[in-house]
Amino acid sequence: MTVDIDKTTGPADTPPAGPEAIKAIPVRHYGRYVSAVVALALLGGVIYAFSQGRINWGAIPDYFFNDRILGGVGNTLLLTVLSMLIGIVGGILLAVMRLSKNPVTSSIAWFYIWFFRGTPVLVQLIVWFNLGLVFEYINLGPIYRDEWSDFMTPFLTVLLGLGLNEAAYMAEICRAGLLAVDEGQTEAAHALGMSHAKTLRRIVIPQAMRVIVPPTGNEVINMLKTTSLVSVVQYSELFRVAQDIGQTSGAPAEMLFLAAAWYLLLTSVFSVGQYYLERYYARGSSRSLPPTPFQKIKANMLSLGRPKGGMA
Amino acid sequence: MTEKSENVEKVEKVEKSEETEKTVKHTTVPMVKAEGVHKSFGHVEVLKGIDLEVKTGEVFCLIGPSGSGKSTFLRCINHLEKINAGRLYVDGELVGYRQKGDKLYELKDSEVALKRRDIGMVFQRFNLFPHMTALENVIEAPIQVKGTSRAQARERAMQLLERVGLADKAGNYPSQLSGGQQQRVAIARALAMDPKLMLFDEPTSALDPELVGDVLDVMRDLAESGMTMIVVTHEMGFAREVGDSLVFMDGGVVVESGNPRDVLTDPQHERTQAFLSKVL
Repeated sequence: MTVDIDKTTGPADTPPAGPEAIKAIPVRHYGRYVSAVVALALLGGVIYAFSQGRINWGAIPDYFFNDRILGGVGNTLLLTVLSMLIGIVGGILLAVMRLSKNPVTSSIAWFYIWFFRGTPVLVQLIVWFNLGLVFEYINLGPIYRDEWSDFMTPFLTVLLGLGLNEAAYMAEICRAGLLAVDEGQTEAAHALGMSHAKTLRRIVIPQAMRVIVPPTGNEVINMLKTTSLVSVVQYSELFRVAQDIGQTSGAPAEMLFLAAAWYLLLTSVFSVGQYYLERYYARGSSRSLPPTPFQKIKANMLSLGRPKGGMA
Repeated sequence: MTEKSENVEKVEKVEKSEETEKTVKHTTVPMVKAEGVHKSFGHVEVLKGIDLEVKTGEVFCLIGPSGSGKSTFLRCINHLEKINAGRLYVDGELVGYRQKGDKLYELKDSEVALKRRDIGMVFQRFNLFPHMTALENVIEAPIQVKGTSRAQARERAMQLLERVGLADKAGNYPSQLSGGQQQRVAIARALAMDPKLMLFDEPTSALDPELVGDVLDVMRDLAESGMTMIVVTHEMGFAREVGDSLVFMDGGVVVESGNPRDVLTDPQHERTQAFLSKVL
């Protein structure tokens, strides 16, 4: 849209008829220069302090793409994605149950959320790990039967622990999203003869996604970091691997910085993904889609060379 | 003879074969029949006994001040609101209930949905699905509810969008359309289900005065094609020109009814006179 307007008003050699365009000297923002200098100085000071510390920085690039570290990164990612999947599916289900007219389902959902939100996830993880004290065997009749300790691998323990806990939080996010959709939408769908389930799936949930996605992105990033908790139940994800290497190689602090760098890298990648997801669900809600980062950069580059118009 | 067959029809309707039912319906059964319909929201009684009949093929206009219960009554017809007392029939069948002997059974949600297929509704606030284009809005229900093939639904939707004058806007999202255009898409969406009855809930009240005409033109065209329409409206000109019957409601009751031209030009009841003197 802005591009179109730029095309018509942009060329400076053919001024439009009418009064001359205003050329004024813009207000100078000296405060911005001062604050930028102060911030850069502080940052420089912090970096200098760290560089002078008794930390062997060379160890970080040495181990950054170490096979064990990469394996840990893979496990962390796998755990994040799978437990978020359980969380999102479970969350939508719980939110729908909680909003349902059926008192039984809504009470079950309420109880579930109450319990899993009310206990620390670390405690839940350890309880899952020790559930063998309660159940000796898992017996699903003719389908599956095994000893509990063989069935409940560390991976399954942490997956259930994180996923089920996440579902409780996602349920509240989804509920907020479902409630944000105008009731007229449900009415219109019902008036067309659509069933409750179809109305939910085709009309309400796609619109609720706009409200659900931003906090869910938050949850994904949170989950990525929370996976570091599972080191307590012997699952070798990024944090645990980094600690192990740190102990054997004699560079424990360095490995912590390495892990932090990996987490930062992964959360950055997720943030970009979130931006595009939000953009997808914004379709139809505004007249034109927000620009992608690439389009934004391109527009900024183009607008640098010419005076800003009214639309810029 | 007709009287007798009508009585028999009413008693034995359930057992009668579909064929005879249909032929009788067209001649005698009104499209909508209300008998003493009451509706309360909490302690507030909004409808205090509505009796009326809408014949097949007629344009039936409901007018009255805000809060008189006209919109509520309209919403009762497709069971968006449950009535508290009385009987409401659409095409000879009870709305929302099944009668066996002298007992009423609530219909399941799926049965209610099945009946709503035949009743199109147009809302004051349009209620188009904002995440779908105009075309997607129109094809959604035929595909999802009736199981029409996508190609067939598209073809029919394009015809309908053509009919409301918006074929060139098929790919636009509702937010890219004016209010009048949105309302016309909403009419096309309702028509896509091939309803036998169309309900209009103040379809032009949320529109700029300039855009009202386009929507009324579409409705006039629809009336001429023989569609049964119940229109809650403040457009007295439309009611006079297109309407076959008119009801003036106030305080949850029908105050006056009759031919629109008669009621609007020569209202008998005091309350109607007072209302019309302010509106006209």
